[in-house]
Amino acid sequence: MTASSIDSATNEQAKVGTAFVALLLRDMYVLRKNLREFIPRTVLQPLLLVFVFTYVFPKIGQGVGGSNGNSGFSTLLVAGVLGSVVLFQGVQSVALPMVQEFGYTREIEDRVLAPMPIELVAVQKIVAGAIQCLLAGLIVFPIAYFVPATKVHLTYHWLLLLTFAPLACVMAGALGLMFGTSFQPRTLPILFGVVVVPLTFLGCVYYPWQKLESIRWLQIVVLANPLVYMCEAFRAALTNAAHMRLIVLYPVMVAFTLFFSWRGIAGFKKRVLT
Amino acid sequence: MSVVDEVIRTEELTKVYPGGVTAVDTLDLAVHRGEIFGLLGPNGAGKTTTAGMLTTRVVPTSGRAFVGGINVWQHSAQAKRMIGVVPQTNTLDRSLNVFENLYFHGRFFGMNARTSRAEATRLLEQFRLSERAKMPVLALSGGMAQRLMVARAVMHKPSILFLDEPTAGLDPQGRIALWEILGELHIGGQTILLSTHYMEEADQLCDRLAILDHGKLLALGTPTELKASVGAATIVTVSADGDLDALARLLEQAVPDSTARVVDRTVRFAVGSVRGVLPTVVQIADRAGHNVADLSVREPTLETVFINLTGKELRE
Repeated sequence: MTASSIDSATNEQAKVGTAFVALLLRDMYVLRKNLREFIPRTVLQPLLLVFVFTYVFPKIGQGVGGSNGNSGFSTLLVAGVLGSVVLFQGVQSVALPMVQEFGYTREIEDRVLAPMPIELVAVQKIVAGAIQCLLAGLIVFPIAYFVPATKVHLTYHWLLLLTFAPLACVMAGALGLMFGTSFQPRTLPILFGVVVVPLTFLGCVYYPWQKLESIRWLQIVVLANPLVYMCEAFRAALTNAAHMRLIVLYPVMVAFTLFFSWRGIAGFKKRVLT
Repeated sequence: MSVVDEVIRTEELTKVYPGGVTAVDTLDLAVHRGEIFGLLGPNGAGKTTTAGMLTTRVVPTSGRAFVGGINVWQHSAQAKRMIGVVPQTNTLDRSLNVFENLYFHGRFFGMNARTSRAEATRLLEQFRLSERAKMPVLALSGGMAQRLMVARAVMHKPSILFLDEPTAGLDPQGRIALWEILGELHIGGQTILLSTHYMEEADQLCDRLAILDHGKLLALGTPTELKASVGAATIVTVSADGDLDALARLLEQAVPDSTARVVDRTVRFAVGSVRGVLPTVVQIADRAGHNVADLSVREPTLETVFINLTGKELRE
């Protein structure tokens, strides 16, 4: 390679980088513009969940959370709420707009024609989704901490938190891209009714994975659910409660992220190119 | 014309869709710098597929495509900087207002915030959209949305501007406004490739035309050249009853250097000069027992060219 061709290759990469950042800028601008929609849609569901399970139930004396007692359940639920919020956000911020844009409006067209490889346009969607997931987690965290009637006992394992939180967010963004490119506007109700709801209920949001030991078959089946690992990762990062082993969590989450990204990018290309 | 002046070149470009439909069949084209080049043909002729292969959206089955000297499928990111695209449907970003649609497009193409803002403002002025700058894009009329899409497509100064059926769905006013804008861009030196099935549009706007049908290039030239290729100064269209093929044969025999063919239940009679022809037509038809319902006379149009090439009409 000659000096000038190396130079132009670097120049080319810089231009692609600029386009990538500009696409992110556009997404963040739209997010800021729509903050008044973003906040209620992010906050309401976890707020109600935490309110009913950890405020109303203890106050009216209705037991929940088994032998741990109420305080244990509130603590347990923090990780579950964070996990489910991140997953939900991935679907809402990446999959829903994409289904719409591919389905009716085709308005993604101009971004597809931005001067960068098509794969990077898809990757940009994952990154933008991950940022929104992170933001959603930050907004919801105080709710899970302050709303419960009984004290929440958190222990911050910073190294785990600072690695698991971004990983979970990227994983959710990638899942959003995969869903966004595989559903049509017509089949969207299936995404929520048949995919997201079971993922949430069987995602170790309300119970730790290890407790499922007494229902062995279920404990094995839910291993296919990505949300299980997200919730368990937050449990490991925020509490001293029992959780899935780290040596399992890290590689499995990375593997899920790679798989979703691969399927998502392939799906994106398929929708964009003929 | 040197190779340097070729803004678009295709070499045996072919697209076969899954299921075996050949949409574009070994197409060789060259579009020169500064010209308005038209792809004319009926729906399904392969115009949109051809444009798609040149704009990184349709993957060719075989052959090669170059824009601004760059192989579209080897260097798609670079190729995208060479092209500006106005698609058939409204693809404006609905999350952004009119001004922001341009502003972010500029940013995608590497402009800094200040330059992009200035360019967007200038373009809104040029395309007479300044007053709508803060409006949501869904509030624009069809014609205004179209103008905004053209503004967006030329913002990064592409080597070539693609327009796919740009006036389909526009009212006559919007159509004329768009023609004016394309004319201005043309004067400014912008190379333009447009696909259309309106022969009038092709005739008025285009410096050169490629006539396509079933993915094949049938003819290439300036509108004047193409019309001259018909080899007749006048086309007489005869509406009559009875066996029209027989009537066509009689007419051809009666007038030297003429051709007649049956298209869409009329006889299209091409003659060198119209002088004295109409009485002859009526006489011959009458003698052969045909009732002539209507006669019309006009110069050859691109429609005539298309009929000559394919034996069918280019329906609007």
